[in-house]
Amino acid sequence: MLKKSSFILSLSFVLILSILFSALPFSSSAYNDSVTINVYNWGQYISDGSDGTIDANEEFTRQTGIKVNYTTFASNEEMYAKLASNGAVYDVIIPSDYMASKLKNQGMLRKLDFSKIPNAQNIDDKFKNLHHDPENEYTVAYTWGYLGLFYNKNFVDASDPSWNMLWDQKYDDKILMFDNPRDAFSIAHFILGNDINSENKSDWLNASELLRAQKPLLQSYVMDQIFNKMGNNEAYIAPYYSGDANDLMTLNQDLEFALPKEGTTFFIDAMCIPENCEHYEEALAYINFMCTPEIMAANSRATGYSTPSTKAKELLTEEEANNPILYPDLSAFETLPIYENLSDETNEYIDELWIDVKTGTQNNPMGLIFVLLGFLGIYVAIVVYKKLKNRYNK
Amino acid sequence: MKVISKIYTVLIFVFLYAPIAVLIAFSFNSTKSRAVFSGFTFKWYESLFQNSEIFKAILVTLQVAIVASILSTILGVIAAVIISKSSKKVGALFSNVTNFPMLNPEIVMGVSLMMLFVFLSGIFSFLSMGVVTLILAHTTFCTPYVMLNVLPKLRQSDNSMYEAAIDLGCTPVKAFLKVVFPDVKPAVITGAIMAFTISIDDFVISYFTSGTVQNLSITIYSMTRKLVTPEINALSTILFVAVLLLLVVINIRQTQEEKRRGAVKKC
Repeated sequence: MLKKSSFILSLSFVLILSILFSALPFSSSAYNDSVTINVYNWGQYISDGSDGTIDANEEFTRQTGIKVNYTTFASNEEMYAKLASNGAVYDVIIPSDYMASKLKNQGMLRKLDFSKIPNAQNIDDKFKNLHHDPENEYTVAYTWGYLGLFYNKNFVDASDPSWNMLWDQKYDDKILMFDNPRDAFSIAHFILGNDINSENKSDWLNASELLRAQKPLLQSYVMDQIFNKMGNNEAYIAPYYSGDANDLMTLNQDLEFALPKEGTTFFIDAMCIPENCEHYEEALAYINFMCTPEIMAANSRATGYSTPSTKAKELLTEEEANNPILYPDLSAFETLPIYENLSDETNEYIDELWIDVKTGTQNNPMGLIFVLLGFLGIYVAIVVYKKLKNRYNK
Repeated sequence: MKVISKIYTVLIFVFLYAPIAVLIAFSFNSTKSRAVFSGFTFKWYESLFQNSEIFKAILVTLQVAIVASILSTILGVIAAVIISKSSKKVGALFSNVTNFPMLNPEIVMGVSLMMLFVFLSGIFSFLSMGVVTLILAHTTFCTPYVMLNVLPKLRQSDNSMYEAAIDLGCTPVKAFLKVVFPDVKPAVITGAIMAFTISIDDFVISYFTSGTVQNLSITIYSMTRKLVTPEINALSTILFVAVLLLLVVINIRQTQEEKRRGAVKKC
């Protein structure tokens, strides 16, 4: 009998060990015959093979033999935190422009060898040499988009589209606002006519005053909840990204998109290689593959965001390529600003102001204090009552 | 009073199960909307099985949950035995120390584990962040739950049975396996199932210790910049039904076993 139980025990140990070791190649490629590159991209931001589309990662593996460990993040800051903590080593990352510039300034990006990325010439020139990468050394554009206003045409009059509509008393309690400081502040900056990349503290203070004035009119600060709230007619007007227009408009036929007259900011999500990457050559191959027109077109279709390549655009249907939301006529605006990486000091100041905006005026802490005092009062009353009762009983 | 208590029970059940019912209903919705039901479809179930990203995440989640629950069950049972055998003071100290991961905020534990792993991976290369660190982290926070399940049962079990087994020539290990373990087996199984579910459930600690692998909760979280696909509803429905079936099977087996025991006692 002893043999049997010890046999089962050793069997289970072998089982655990085998599962543990089968897990190993996942984390370190040294055990693998062929190379696996680690790619870190936004969630749901690639053509993944659903509904008969191309599975971009699978296709890359099929063509090159390089395996892809594809993982995703929900925000630039999240990605930065993971990269900066040294908790993970990636070979290709796809942050937004300002985050790419921050990483570059901190020496966390490696220069790209463009001789290995011949397909980068498919990217239009207007998406190269921008502020986040003036020498075009570190990034290759993946997709682009801009901020705009979504509104419900049954309730909102948008004959003269303006960011001021988000401050309109008429739509009290039906307005949504970005739940991230950079986007929210730049809307206020547009109204005030400030530079969205201002390093001047008073500009940010003024913008925060404006946002504070908006707060009583807001239904809530949202990110992805916008889909439910706008889709469900719970809210009538909200700013969001151009690339989500398709999703929003299929949810609710009454939604329309407008480009405010004060202007907007556009953003580029760009492919970069971190300084500490393990497979530089393979990462370049991946970026090169992602720049083939077919893949760019498929990615643009899957994500809903605009493609930075005219060659890819030619592969889209007439309707997709002429979509006025994805490829707007921007000639009306002199310049379209792009988010630049701000100094640490300004970033901290913005965070402070943003917390003030979100918690300050409306949520009166006095209410909470009264409730706490009330509970304390009841507690004291109970204690006193019990003591008195005890004394009486004695 | 009876009517009120019945209404109360119904309300509790509605409160507990309404969200799941809504979730299941919208997994059959023909559009991506989570508010308007526009038609019945199975397409999210079909596309779920084609989605390699979600599929990989499920594999990682299951791999981690299975290994971590086995490891934490072994560790938890050993710890519970030691605590139940040691003196009151030592036992209290032991159980407090081992309960610490349970009381500690997840975020603190996640960050500290991450720092530990980053530090250790410089020394031992196999400890680079990935499935291994994920399993180790999950084992850490699952162990106290197993222990808490097993300890009361161990204290209830009659120590003289164990002593009798020793007297009759058993080695301590054999005595434990033949006499004590069968007695506490239900608690061990409950603990293991609990560890399994807690491991599947976890997001915060996984987030900090996963490195370049991604489990299900992290994948779903990363979808929130855009509209989360109803494939997730479909997946949750499948998980819910699977767990429900598992529970039903366990319950049926338990009642059968109880019946059998009852029959034996009557003899």
